[in-house]
Order: sequence, then structure tokens, then C-alpha cells
Amino acid sequence: MPLRLFSIQDMLRFILTRVSLVIPTFIGITLLAFFLIRLVPGDPIETMAGERGIDVARHEQLKKDFGLDKPLIVQYGYYVERVLHGDLGKSIVTRESVLTEFQSLFPATVELAICAIIFALLLGIPAGIVAAVRRNSIFDHGVMGISLTGYSMPIFWWGLILILVFSVQIGWTPVSGRIDVLYYVEPVTGFLLIDTLFTEDEGAFLSALGHLILPTIVLGTQPLATIARMTRSAMLEVLGEDYIRTAKAKGLSRFRVVGLHALRNALIPVVTVIGLQVGVLFTGAILTETIFSWPGIGKWLIEAIFRRDYPVLQGGLLLVGAIVMSVNLIVDLTYGLINPRIRHNR
Amino acid sequence: MTAETMEAPLVAAPTATPPHPLREFWGYFSANRGAVAGLFVIVSVVLVALLADVLAPHSPYLTDTSIALKPPFWQEGGSITYPLGTDAIGRDILSRLIYGSRLSLLIGVIVISISIVSGTIFGLVAGFARGTTEIFIMRLMDIILTMPSLLLAIVIVAVLGPGLINSMLAVALVILPHYVRLARAAVITETSKDYVTAARVSGAGTLRLMFKEVLPNCTAPLIVQASLGISTAILDAAALGFLGLGAQPPSPEWGTMLADAREFVLRAWWVVTFPGLAILITVLAFNLLGDGLRDALDPKLKR
Amino acid sequence: MKKSALFAAICVPAFLAAAPLAAKTLVYCSEGSPENFYPGVNTTGTSFDASTQIYSRVVEFERGGTQVQPGLAEKWDISADGTVYTFHLRKGVKWHSNKNFKPTRDMNADDIVFMFERQWKQDNPFFKVTSPNHSYFDDMGMPKLLKSVEKVDAYTVKVTLNQPEAPFLADLAMEFAAVQSKEYADAMLKAGTPEKIDQEPIGTGPFYLVQYQKDATIRYKAFNEYYGGKAKIDDLVFSITPDASVRWAKLQKGECHVMPYPNPADLDAMKKDPNVTVLEQAGLNVGYLAYNTQKKPFDDVRVRKALNMAMNKKAIVDAVYLSSGVTAKNPIPPSMWSYNDAVKDDPFDPEAAKKLLAEAGYPNGFETDLWAMPVQRPYNPNGKRVAELMQADLAKIGVKAEIKTYEWGEYRKRLQAGESQMGQMGWTGDNGDPDNFLHTLLGCDSAKGVSGSNIAKFCYKPFDDLVTKAKVTSDQKARTELYKQAQVIFKEQAPWFTVAHAVQLKPVRKEVVDFKLSPFGRHTFYGVDIKGK
Repeated sequence: MPLRLFSIQDMLRFILTRVSLVIPTFIGITLLAFFLIRLVPGDPIETMAGERGIDVARHEQLKKDFGLDKPLIVQYGYYVERVLHGDLGKSIVTRESVLTEFQSLFPATVELAICAIIFALLLGIPAGIVAAVRRNSIFDHGVMGISLTGYSMPIFWWGLILILVFSVQIGWTPVSGRIDVLYYVEPVTGFLLIDTLFTEDEGAFLSALGHLILPTIVLGTQPLATIARMTRSAMLEVLGEDYIRTAKAKGLSRFRVVGLHALRNALIPVVTVIGLQVGVLFTGAILTETIFSWPGIGKWLIEAIFRRDYPVLQGGLLLVGAIVMSVNLIVDLTYGLINPRIRHNR
Repeated sequence: MTAETMEAPLVAAPTATPPHPLREFWGYFSANRGAVAGLFVIVSVVLVALLADVLAPHSPYLTDTSIALKPPFWQEGGSITYPLGTDAIGRDILSRLIYGSRLSLLIGVIVISISIVSGTIFGLVAGFARGTTEIFIMRLMDIILTMPSLLLAIVIVAVLGPGLINSMLAVALVILPHYVRLARAAVITETSKDYVTAARVSGAGTLRLMFKEVLPNCTAPLIVQASLGISTAILDAAALGFLGLGAQPPSPEWGTMLADAREFVLRAWWVVTFPGLAILITVLAFNLLGDGLRDALDPKLKR
Repeated sequence: MKKSALFAAICVPAFLAAAPLAAKTLVYCSEGSPENFYPGVNTTGTSFDASTQIYSRVVEFERGGTQVQPGLAEKWDISADGTVYTFHLRKGVKWHSNKNFKPTRDMNADDIVFMFERQWKQDNPFFKVTSPNHSYFDDMGMPKLLKSVEKVDAYTVKVTLNQPEAPFLADLAMEFAAVQSKEYADAMLKAGTPEKIDQEPIGTGPFYLVQYQKDATIRYKAFNEYYGGKAKIDDLVFSITPDASVRWAKLQKGECHVMPYPNPADLDAMKKDPNVTVLEQAGLNVGYLAYNTQKKPFDDVRVRKALNMAMNKKAIVDAVYLSSGVTAKNPIPPSMWSYNDAVKDDPFDPEAAKKLLAEAGYPNGFETDLWAMPVQRPYNPNGKRVAELMQADLAKIGVKAEIKTYEWGEYRKRLQAGESQMGQMGWTGDNGDPDNFLHTLLGCDSAKGVSGSNIAKFCYKPFDDLVTKAKVTSDQKARTELYKQAQVIFKEQAPWFTVAHAVQLKPVRKEVVDFKLSPFGRHTFYGVDIKGK
């Protein structure tokens, strides 16, 4: 291991470079969100009108009211200005502010995503470790086989099959939603698992938990596969290093060697992978939420597309892009700070 | 003894002509049972796709409402005429799956061809041009990568209109950055190597360098990425189909079949189960193959 | 937190225990999230269902019928020439309250005037709030019809029309005419949050809104001071469940009591379930395939007739609508007055169709397009599937139809612009008048331009004369005769392949007492009771 000597200046420079790299990406995202959406054929005003249609004069009036009559570049200017003031506009369908809608639905997605990641970690890391330690054993092949299957899984189908088996055939789990409607839960944090604890009603918590099981499994499947594979290969690499051999030679117990020395070093790349799973999780959330009628961001965005709800779609793309970007940045920074080699490479 | 003496000169000059590169590759590859199984499945799927007209017992489009939602043959009410049952308007599911394999393979191959070709070009350009061009290309790729892939694909399909071709374009665009990055990275590593410098010194032009010297040297990772990419492409296109944005009915694309079958999940498990299974098996096969190829082609992992 | 715990404690046992004092909760598995809680700017049944529980109207449709009865107006006088309506309002009608607003007065004439002016007068501060698009108000011709709306005294409102209009009262019973509190509106305007009145609604209806969570639930409680007396149930919960098979699963499990729009495929199972009753009522609607009569080859009536004979209507309805629809032969539904049952539908006869096609000069068929509805509608539960079946039938007489579809708004717009050759569409009536179908969908007026509802672009003078004459005739008997003749001509000219009339089907659990189907497709829960287990 090289000596870790670096100055505060180095570190600051590193952080600043990375952060400054993010700015053009963010501008790019606003451009992408704005212009891509304008390219979508279909007129939101027509979409609102249903079977009966809308007469030309009122159509023009509405276009004006929504600011859709101005040249695109002007609209973009207004848009950026409002975004900088924290105003993402109002949904054309519900007339509610995009940010408010996002805030009310986001916790559902986050709750699901966190549970999925925890699920993936709890199963993936131990499986990966054991597979690495018992390399080429039946267990190793089994884990690798299963995880590759999980990695190849069309999760929209996986969700349907789980519903078919566990909800319909066996009747263990609820079919959809976040909680049994009979429980009235005041949204405090928006995370039902936490909010239900305030109700002093065990049933509510259990109901929320029960509703989480299948979506968690579905959303967690791909991260689980990735984490198991990553953990295994990272462990294999570490186990082959000199200091582990030395530790073994010194007669330290196998458990200590694996658990303390190897794992600690192997986890760094694994943690990075988890951080980079955010985008994957969003993709999964779109499908998972659609299947389980989960009232979250993924479902919201899909509906916005079908309804041509420009402001929602724009705002949503922007927010999602910003979140993924920030998480990636944080992962990147942490990783760089832990591992100086990365820092000097670029 | 004779064999040894025959091989001796080859061993003496390994860099000039490596011993039976294909055989060496096959040696590594065939040792990986999963990869061989994947290859076998893929070959079977290709055969099924090619012979669909011969293999399918019925037309995939033939509707007959009198036999709607017949279960598979082993269940009560099923018949061997429709081995895997029928869908809501009486089409034979097996036949639709068989024809669907054509679409899925087509999707995989076309999507990958588009992204590899354009991705490699962009990557080579970025790697050679450096400067503003490189920054522009790589920033653009970063933006694409930042967006959740399916979301971006959905928006692109919304722009282009739902359909098989458009969903292929959308998926190709979404996976493009991986190839651009790969090609650029390869260019940067390769150009710093001696043989490129030598070629450059001897007066080779940039285009010549790109395609004659550098490209052949980064094909291995591209091939690996391609076979893994086909599985992503099939999955993503099926997801779009599932959301009603991919291939349109009555096309027997597997994802579209699933979307159509969703409402019968409580009533007719077979219309939901088989198309998904077909997707899973095909995608798994490509992933197995990709893993095998990587292990066989990537010397770092050869332990 | 205490409040919610208390609430949970009150409402949970309704299901678990049969305690005599336990609150009665009815759960309705609704199909989607409402746009907002102001029906004046909405057009979807989903939004109307969510807001109709909260508001009252000047007059109301009787529960389960189309008859108009007193609402906020106890009685009314109509002038001899039919242009002046004087409404005498009910006294002592209480408003709901919420955390932002406590009403200080009862409902009065100001509120009624506000209801009109908000949708009518562009200078009303609320005209543009939420949306300036007051679809139904405009569609019912209110801006042209209304001359003045005056408050005579606190409990009397006088409405003057520009010309007599028989359906005016019925129009006021429609959802768009829901009465909101003027006092609340003023308070919110002052607070700078005018849109609150549409998001946190205050009404005089039988239920008040407790909580709305987008895509999850809407919770209501019975309003104790409702002028008609408190509802029989205590809590009303909308469990938003977009997927029809999931709704059915929940109904089976007893997680909800009433569900709309069942999957046709599940109906058999529903009818067999001992805990469930399936209520049925013919809906005021029609689903059809329009031939573009101004485009080749559909400008030739023989081609249209031939195609009508080539498609197996019964098979389509059986396969896609199952028992949720009946085959249609006329453009108006059988439950509507003037329905001509004597009209004979074109038989399903591919051979004859082929012959007719040959006569028209297409012995080998032709290529065309076939537009499929991109959305599910009661009159067409699965546009793509219907299109696939039509396509297969047409192929048998040599007509190659390419299925096309667009996003819904785009789809309708393009159809109206006449871009299609064959296109699926449908219609749901609002006020039960045949004019609403025959003139609106098939008259020459609406065939003009690029935005008329006549997507067959059907303009046939003998037909148009009949429906135009019926429009200005006041005698219903005479009108009936005219409409009957119009239906005969319609069948001869075949501008549409009439597919089906949807039957409204509502699976309801057995413990639900006295739930009534609305001919307009609304789901109202006042008057509904629920038996303890």
C-alpha cells in the first residue's frame, strides 16, 4: 500500500474539479428535458379535451395561457429562469405545482428503493463472500447461476409472476398499493414504515410492510445480482493479495481473515457499485410501480408521458436527472477521497 | 515427440504468430460450461427463428374466438393442437412465441449494430480529436448516462411514436454511451503504445491509424460488450413493449404479448408466463455467452 | 399523531369487529386519480366521481335515474316563454369546513351566482383558476344561452336565457354545475391561494374530503349536517386501483365493496362468486368504426356496405366486450327514445361482401388503414384487440388493413381532421337526447372543417334534413318519427360499422345495500348502506 500523503489543497482541487464537471451536465439535462419534450408530437390541450374536441378559438386561448404560443427559445429562457427560482411549473392536468406533486410521491419511491437496496445487500454480500471463499464449489456455481438469472430477469414479468404465485395462488401478500386503505395514516415523513409507527397501531405497520415485500423483491432483484457478482469478484481479488496470505500464514482464523481484512477492502468497489445503481433503480421503479400500482415517481412520469403533461415530464426528468447526478457525484467524491490513486489518475 | 518438435519454433516466436488463436480461445471458452450452454440456447433460438414457418403449428396472427384462452395441453381443457394454450382472441401462443423469436433476435442484432457502429465512430473521433470535440461528445454521453435508461427510452419513443423500429432506435441511443466510452478509452490506451507511435512516425494518416491500427486492437472488448449488450437491448425493448410503446399488436413481440396478457394474470397464467420465460431464457443465454467470451478474450481474467 | 391514531381506532374495527357503534366504512376501488376537485374544468368520469360526493347542485338527478329533482333549489318557476327561470333556494344548507376555512354563513344566492360566473365571466377572478377551460359549460352552450343571472334576494336567483331551451334544468344537474362556496373563494383569493378551493374543496354535499393522496386514496367522511340528512355510511374511501384485475382481486378479498369497469374476462368468475352481485345497466353510448366517406374507396356506399358485411360483429363483441356489451345496429343506444328497432343490421356474409366489393370495382380488395383507439373506453374496452379482429376478417375478403394508432389527443384530432380511412371512435351521451348523437356525430355541420365530431365526414342531405328538422321541433312525437327515419337512412348509407353499446357492469359485494347505477356512469354513495358482518 502506498503511503497516503495528500494536502488539503489537493483535496479541494479534486472536489472542485469534480463539481465543476457536473455543471455542464446539468445544463445539458435542462436542455434535454426541455427540447426533447417539445419534440413529442401531440398537443396537451387536445389531450385534455377527450372525445368532444375543442374549438379553435379556445384552443388558441389556452395555448396562450400555458405560454405554449411563444417561440421555443423564449419558452426555454422563461423555463430556466423559473427553474432557478425553484419553480418547475404546474401540471397541465391537475394544475398542481410539479414540485408539490413530486414531493408527495417521492417518499414512496425512496422507501421502495431503500428497501430494495437493503434486500439486495443483505442477500448479495453474504452470498458473494461465501461464493468467493468457496470458489468453484457447488454453492459458488449456484450463486453465480442465480445471480446471472436475476440479472437477466425481465422484472415486469417477474412482478407479474410473483403476484400470480404469492398474491393470487397462496394469498400471502396483497396485490397492490402501499397499505390497506382502512388504515388512515397522517403523512409526516411520507415513509409509511415510519409514519405507521406513530399510529400506535401494529396492524398499520404490518400492513405497510406486507405491501412492501413483493415490490422490494422485484426492484431488488437486479441490484442483488450485481452486488453478489461484484462482491465475489472483489473478494477473490483481495483474497489473492499478499497481506491476506501473510495473515493466513500467521495463523489467523479463517473467519478473521475473511471477515475483517478481506471484506473491508473488498467492500470499497461494492459500495461504489451500489451508488451507481441509482439510475438502474429508477428504471426498475418505473416498471415496478406500474405493476404494483405503487404511487411513486416512476408511475407519475409514465402517466405524464401518456397524458402529454409537459411540465410534469420536464420537471420530473430534471429532478430525476439531478438526483442521479448528485448521488453519482457523492459516490465519486467519496471514492476519490478514500482511494487517492483515483484522484491522481485524472 | 514429433508434436513437440513441431511446436517448438512457434513457441520461440510467440509475438509473431500466436499458436492457434481460435483454438486457444475455444479452449478457454469451452471450459466454461455456462457459456457453452448459452451458445447452445442461442443457436437453438436462431434456428427456431429461421425455421419459424416450418416449426410453428399455426399462424401467429390467426384469431379464432371460439377457442380463446385455452390452457396448455397438460391442463384440463387444453389440447395438444395448442401446446401452450391460446391467448384472449384464440391465437396459438407457441406459434406466437416462435415468430416472436425472430423479432427479439432482430431487435438485439439491429440495436447492437447501430450502437456499435455509431458508438465506435464517436469514440474513435473523441479519442483522436481530443479538445472541444471530445469534451462535447463525452459530455453528451454523460447526460445520456445520467438519465435512467428506460425513462429516456420512453421519452424518445414518445417523440418518435410507438413502434418496433422506433423502440429499437430509442434503445440503441440509450446504450450508445457504453460503446463510445469503450472505444475512446481503447483509443487513448492504444495510441500511447509504441506500435501506434511507430506507425504515426512512418507517416500513417489519422484515418488509417483509426481503422487499420487501433480498431482491430479494441475489437475484443467490443465483442464482449456487444454480446452483453444484446441481452440489454432485448430486455429494454421488451420493457417498452410491455409499456405499450414498443412493437404494436398484432406483432408477436414478447414484451408486447405480455402487455396484452396482463389483464389475464388472475385467470390465465399461461398467457403471462410463457412470453416472459422466453425473454428470460434468451437474455440469460446472451449473458452467459457474454461472460464466457469475456473470460476467454480478456487475458486479465485468465487465471 | 393522536388524531390519526384515534381515527384509525375508529375506522379499523368496522371491518374486523361487529361492534354496534363501529363506524361504517365503504371502500370504493376507483380506477384512477382525479385531476382535481373542481368538476367545472374536468371531463373525466374519474374526476367527477371524486368531486360529486362533495358538492350539491341547484337541481339533482334522481338517484339511479335521469329525472331532475330539487337540489339546493327547493322549487323553481319557469316563465311562460321558457326563458326565465326563478330558483327558490333551500334555507339552512351548511357548508363543510377544513383547516383553512370555517364557514360563517349558510349557502345562499351568492354561491349560486358564483357558480355561473366563475365559468361564464372572463373577468371573474376565478375564471382562470385551475383552468380556464370550462369544457362542459361551453359544450352545453351556456355562454350563448345565458343572458343574465341575478340574485333577487339571499335565497332567490333569477336566470334569464336568450332563447328557450328544454334541457336547461337537466344541464344544471350535471357535474359541471357543482356549487362552491363564494365565502371560501373570497377567503382563499385574499390569502393568495385561490387554487386551494379546487384542491381542498368545500361543498354542501353528503361527504366532506378528509385526505387525498395522489394515486393512493381519497378519504371522505359523512357530513352530519347535510341538508338531506347524514349518509348511512360514516366513512367513504376511494382506493385508487388502476388495474382492473387488481380491483377484482381486492373486491374478492373484501378489501373493497364496489368496483367500476371490470375486465370483461373476469365477469364469469364475478357472477359465480357468492359474495358479489354484478349490477347491470345499458349505458348511453355507442362504439363504432367510421369510414371516411369523403376518401376513396369509402366514398362508394357499396364498399362501405361490403365491409359491414365482412366483419363478424358478434364475434368481436363476444371476444372483446364479452358480456359487457351488446352488438349495435343503430347509432343510438336502445335505451334512448326514438331508437328504431325495426332497422335490420347488415348480415355477416363474407361471400356477399366479396361480390359487392367486386361490383364496386375492387374484385381483389384494396389496401387501407384501420385506426385503433389508444385508450380504454366503456364503449370500446380494447381498441387494439377489436382492430386485430377486424383486420383478420377484412383480410378474408382481400382488404388489407394496416392498424394505426396515436396518442389519444393526437388520435382524435387526426380523425377529426379526416386523416384516417377507417377509424374507431365512440360516444357517451350527456343528456339523453338523440340529437346529441345523430346531429352531433353525423350531421353536415360537424363534418365540416378539421375539428368536427363527424369523423366519417358524412354529409348526406336527406339525413341531415331530418336531424336538423328534429332539432328545432318541440313535439317529441314528431321528433321521434324524424329520428326513426334518420336511422333507416343511416343504415342504408352505412357511414359507420356500428360495433357495440357497452353495458354498465358493477360488481358489488353482497353487504352493500341499495347501491344504484347511474345512467350517466357516476358512482354516488349517498343513500348506500353497508351491512355489518
